[in-house]
Amino acid sequence: MENFAALSLVAIYSAMGVYTLSFIMFTLDLAKRSAARPVAVVAGATVNEASASVAESSSASVATAVRPVVDAALASGATRFQRIAFALAVLGWLLHFGGTVLRGLAGGRVPWANMFEFGLTATAIGMGVFLFAQFWKDLKFLGAYITGFTLLSLGIVTVNFYVDVVPLPPALQSAWLVIHVFVASLATGFFALGAGLSIMQLLSSRRAAHKTEGLRFVDTLPGATTLESLAYRVNVIGFVFWTFTLIAGAIWAERAWGRYWGWDTKEVWTFIIWTLFAGYIHARATRGWRGDRSAWLAIVGFSAVIFNYTIVNLFFKGLHSYSGL
Amino acid sequence: MEPLRPSDHFDSETPASTGIAQPKLDAVGWLRFAWRQLTSMRTALVLLLLLAVAAIPGSLVPQRSADPNGVVQFRDNNPDLFAVLDTLQVFDTYTSVWFSSIYLLLFVSLIGCVIPRTRHHWRAMRAAPPATPARLKRLVGHTERQVPVDAAAALDTGERVLRRAGYRVARYGNSLSAERGYLRETGNLVFHFALVGVLLTVGLAGGFGYNGQRVIVQDQSFTNQLTSFDSFSPGRFFDETRLDPFSIRLDEFEAVYDINTETGAPIPLDYTASVTVVENGVERAEQIKVNEPLSIGGTTSYLLGNGFAPWITVYDPEGTAVFSQPVPFLPQTSTLTSLGVVKVPDGLDEQLGMIGFFYPTAATLESGALTSIFPEPDLPVVTLNAFTGDLGVNEGVPRNVYSLNTDDLTQITGGESGVESLVLPLGDKVDLPNGLGSVEFTSLPRFVSIDVHHDPTQEGVFISSVLALLGLLISLFVPRRRVWISVVRSDDDGVTLEYAGLARGDDPGLERAVTDVADAHSAALGAPTEPARV
Repeated sequence: MENFAALSLVAIYSAMGVYTLSFIMFTLDLAKRSAARPVAVVAGATVNEASASVAESSSASVATAVRPVVDAALASGATRFQRIAFALAVLGWLLHFGGTVLRGLAGGRVPWANMFEFGLTATAIGMGVFLFAQFWKDLKFLGAYITGFTLLSLGIVTVNFYVDVVPLPPALQSAWLVIHVFVASLATGFFALGAGLSIMQLLSSRRAAHKTEGLRFVDTLPGATTLESLAYRVNVIGFVFWTFTLIAGAIWAERAWGRYWGWDTKEVWTFIIWTLFAGYIHARATRGWRGDRSAWLAIVGFSAVIFNYTIVNLFFKGLHSYSGL
Repeated sequence: MEPLRPSDHFDSETPASTGIAQPKLDAVGWLRFAWRQLTSMRTALVLLLLLAVAAIPGSLVPQRSADPNGVVQFRDNNPDLFAVLDTLQVFDTYTSVWFSSIYLLLFVSLIGCVIPRTRHHWRAMRAAPPATPARLKRLVGHTERQVPVDAAAALDTGERVLRRAGYRVARYGNSLSAERGYLRETGNLVFHFALVGVLLTVGLAGGFGYNGQRVIVQDQSFTNQLTSFDSFSPGRFFDETRLDPFSIRLDEFEAVYDINTETGAPIPLDYTASVTVVENGVERAEQIKVNEPLSIGGTTSYLLGNGFAPWITVYDPEGTAVFSQPVPFLPQTSTLTSLGVVKVPDGLDEQLGMIGFFYPTAATLESGALTSIFPEPDLPVVTLNAFTGDLGVNEGVPRNVYSLNTDDLTQITGGESGVESLVLPLGDKVDLPNGLGSVEFTSLPRFVSIDVHHDPTQEGVFISSVLALLGLLISLFVPRRRVWISVVRSDDDGVTLEYAGLARGDDPGLERAVTDVADAHSAALGAPTEPARV
């Protein structure tokens, strides 16, 4: 058992090393794109922006009509660095995933019973969502953001939140630990990806508004409207999982604490996050709130998720005191 | 028919530019204007965001409902700030006037939006899809196909293809108009009504619930009646006769611990309270564990805490017991160092009060003070500081049994009294100073604290939540779309058909869907499934 815990740490440290290389490569890819802009890409991006502004005024459906152009732009925007970076990200994730599974084996239970383990699992799931999302859409331009974020999180949890493997306290001995926390991590993974897309959307719309400002690699990305549509589709999946987390948490709270809702600090923040993303979905359907404003809401929502995991866990008094610290 | 949406929904028609020569509004006009504002998307959005912000203070400051002791502590630490915050109802954030008004307004806005939409949706579901637009070229997924049949046959087959794909179809002249995904709006409405369901259930049924807390010492019984609870919070419509008659006796409590080999800290593994329940005269043995509450009648009992209740016996100078009962000591640390109070108002020359600590496994620190190193009773010791004087229990004012006001008392052991605190290992007996009598640590029963809940809102809230989740899934992932098939021209070889679609709400798959319809239609007519060269 001790061996599993030690092996798990070795795997996680190795994953961090590989992620570091992957992050550097992803960053070089973005830098390369900023430096040399292939003509075709610029043309594609411009066409896309032009039709996107038409789309704004008539109907949202046009966003889909321009996708072939966007995909072509993406394909030509990818560099050798990106391919290496992505391969490294896959390798890093396999180590990361393996390390998380080993941690679970060491405890003989799911690896998400304290802040350290939850940090491992949630980032592994977030990274997994990013990697598997590539089968759906080419989102590799988010690689620097996701690997950077994952690396930073792993660094913080291994250095600051590490605890030894200890048995579950009675309050956590429940099947709901498996369901509730796992779905919460899934939701977190989707929100992370959605926030990345929203950040790119903001960069893109700023770059479109003032051609001289902003980062030049943004020109090689899909247009702001497409990014917004992608972010929305990722975030609503996160929202469904978050709704489930909230309901499952309430059922568990009824079993463990004798009431399904008691405005415990963690419950309050789960509610706040739910309300923020409900607001985001409404904003996407409200004239004048689509575009930048809804993107900001998605980013604020994801920041609240991070706040809920870090600040609320560490500094707020409540019943969810399972950090193990 | 379009789903009826608030006028500022991005899919609604842009209102004609206003600002020029607006008509004067009468009272009804103003009311209608206000109602339109309240039920608009923008208002709903602002209220949602306000609700999120308004929920924050309740997580920063202890709440009376969740953490009453924290509120008391806050008042002691910051009396001035407390007064200000208390006036603003920050300690009752979630029942405060401001928080309630936000969510009530939000729900009024929601109901005002959803009811007309439901009426409209009901009609839409029975109406035929709207007429085919004159020009399909500018719509999504526009494509043309040539098929070797006449117009009537092409449209007949087209209708079959569309119906099989779940579309509702209407024929307008030489074209088909089809719509699908009505379920999207149904899901949307179900979601919003389910939220109203949650609020109504909590608001109405919540008043009939109650919850009470009670400490039960080993071998003692608790009867479910108002007077036996240590604390009790009834709902607004609670009626004492509604308490289910039953009793619970604690037969045994077992705690299992492990030790963290590095820090030496105890790790709780399992708590089990074995109880005997008497309900309607029938006795049965049961267990209550954390995560495994016990249902009796319409109530549920939860194991919330546990500790030790040292049996303290006080004798007068002649050796007659004047006080003999278990005294629950409240745990203060993970090793169950516990704090307790003994009050002996009668039988001695003076009233006697004692504040003491209980250590399940006592050990001596370098400073000489005692501590507990493990939560199980391996070396149980009670230490007591004794006070004499007026305990203030005779005025009929209710006093907290877990605290002792020592302001008007004289300390006779411990502290600055010059006499050592009384130290009592299990079974020992020591004399009190001044020949007052003696104290004995007779035996060591355990206690559990039980929460008894009756919550009639559970089923309603559960059903509403599940409906909300289902409605949400449907409203987000079922696409609502329109597809048209129109005959462009006929010639000797057959007809040329055009296809196009229109999304209602987010629908990234629309283009593919139009192509699929065109392909399926061509295949059904035996034509090649590729766009006609125009």
